[in-house]
Amino acid sequence: MAEQQIIIAGFGGQGVLSMGQILSYAGLLEGKNVSWLPSYGPEMRGGTANCNVIISEELVGSPIVKEADAAIIMNLPSLEKFEKFVVSGGNLLINSSLISEKTSRRDVKAYKIPANDIANEIGNAKVANMVILGAYVELTKIVSPKSIIQSLEKVLGSSKRNLIQINEEALKRGAESVKCLV
Amino acid sequence: MARDLMKGNEAIGAAAIKAGCRYFFGYPITPQSELPEYMSRELPKVGGVFLQAESEVAAINMVYGAAGAGARVMTSSSSPGISLKMEGISYIAGAELPCLIVNIVRGGPGLGGIQPAQSDYFQATKGGGHGDYRLIVLAPNSIQEMCDLVMDGFDIADQYRNPVMILGDGILGQMMEAVELKKPKKRELPPKDWATTGIKDKYGKKRLISSLFIQPEDLEKHNLKLQMKYEKIKKNETKFESVYADDADIVLTAYGTTSRIVSNAIKALKKEGIKAGMIRPITLWPFPYEAYEKAADSAKAFLTVEMSLGQMIEDVKLGVNGKKPVHFYGRTGGMLPDQTEIVEKVKKILGGEI
Repeated sequence: MAEQQIIIAGFGGQGVLSMGQILSYAGLLEGKNVSWLPSYGPEMRGGTANCNVIISEELVGSPIVKEADAAIIMNLPSLEKFEKFVVSGGNLLINSSLISEKTSRRDVKAYKIPANDIANEIGNAKVANMVILGAYVELTKIVSPKSIIQSLEKVLGSSKRNLIQINEEALKRGAESVKCLV
Repeated sequence: MARDLMKGNEAIGAAAIKAGCRYFFGYPITPQSELPEYMSRELPKVGGVFLQAESEVAAINMVYGAAGAGARVMTSSSSPGISLKMEGISYIAGAELPCLIVNIVRGGPGLGGIQPAQSDYFQATKGGGHGDYRLIVLAPNSIQEMCDLVMDGFDIADQYRNPVMILGDGILGQMMEAVELKKPKKRELPPKDWATTGIKDKYGKKRLISSLFIQPEDLEKHNLKLQMKYEKIKKNETKFESVYADDADIVLTAYGTTSRIVSNAIKALKKEGIKAGMIRPITLWPFPYEAYEKAADSAKAFLTVEMSLGQMIEDVKLGVNGKKPVHFYGRTGGMLPDQTEIVEKVKKILGGEI
């Protein structure tokens, strides 16, 4: 891996920006160069949110992702908006719990991950983002799952330490959901 | 301190506190509000003062007062807010007071938008406020460099008794990158024996901070003294980065976020065997004109790339001094320059199409 450029998109409140931060932090923990660029603007809960993440062995040039090696798509409007940015042969991870439509792209590797359903099975709908992140990390091996957990501890802080376990479980289940496909 | 992941706006605050800044006066505005938010949380912890003023005009005049009393002080805003501060900035420059002003630029003119832009270049480098004054304008292109320049910026301000501006943009304010707070190079800073601290000066005279010189003879003398200072700053503080500019057929120029898009474009051009380089001004004032004098002998053409519609190009043309053509590509209003469009533009220029 010389460089991975990722777009993560969905509704505000789905943990789209946190997912990007956790991934970036994990990259940093592994000594890589990282950038995290959020969309910002007049949005409310339920509006759209997205971020660009770059994890690289080299210095990061432009932090703006126009040719994504992967896109993690949490809702339908994001699929329509961002599927075109994935490079040919790139990974497109689709949250199939909320998106029944198929991608119009035939030249990318599309993975359907029922992130919300798996999260509900575990017992906390809020960890849907970690489910799909687990799948992404399993597919790309961009960082180790251990680094993700470590960065979770940093991002969640000591007051939410009790949530580490369920997040860990979510990451594992997400990884399992794509293991048979790889 | 180990490398930490920080948002640009927060990193500015962390660097400022590390540099000894203990006073922040400001007013929130997108896309820089995380900076006053950070200061409101962190400054009280180190015994500092955070004050959200009733307006930008009030905030800059609080900076004027604190700087006059010798404090290490800063303010921040984004474009429309900086316009409001311009009167105060002129007064501060006239009274020769050190302070740090951060502008995380958004699209203009007027209320404009909230997405990143570089359209405040003229305002920052050519005046903005009234009178023959200069701001020292520093333009980082990464969160790390932003931290470094904030820390050095306070020292530069003290060394020359001059306001320093950090000119960023919405992307630099909002993005996260790894940073390490490093001490800047040591500067010999003069004592603040002019500060109005209630102490008389060494001749037993009351200290006075003012930008009023009612006699034209006095005001001219004051202005000439300022000019001498500006000449010294030009000589000592001009800073730029040169990327493959020495043997390039075409030399691009960009600062801040735009320079990172340009560096991607240069990589893409290299893959196609096209020799492109970049001069990246780090100080926008003083502008690194001499970098262009040299490059104008070897390069065939220049291309200035901006998130504005042709502001810095005027300085590039002054530097190139008519020796070679200077072309322009820019996007504005919160739209970002596109790497592919830059590559195409370079090919057209070198192909003689434009």
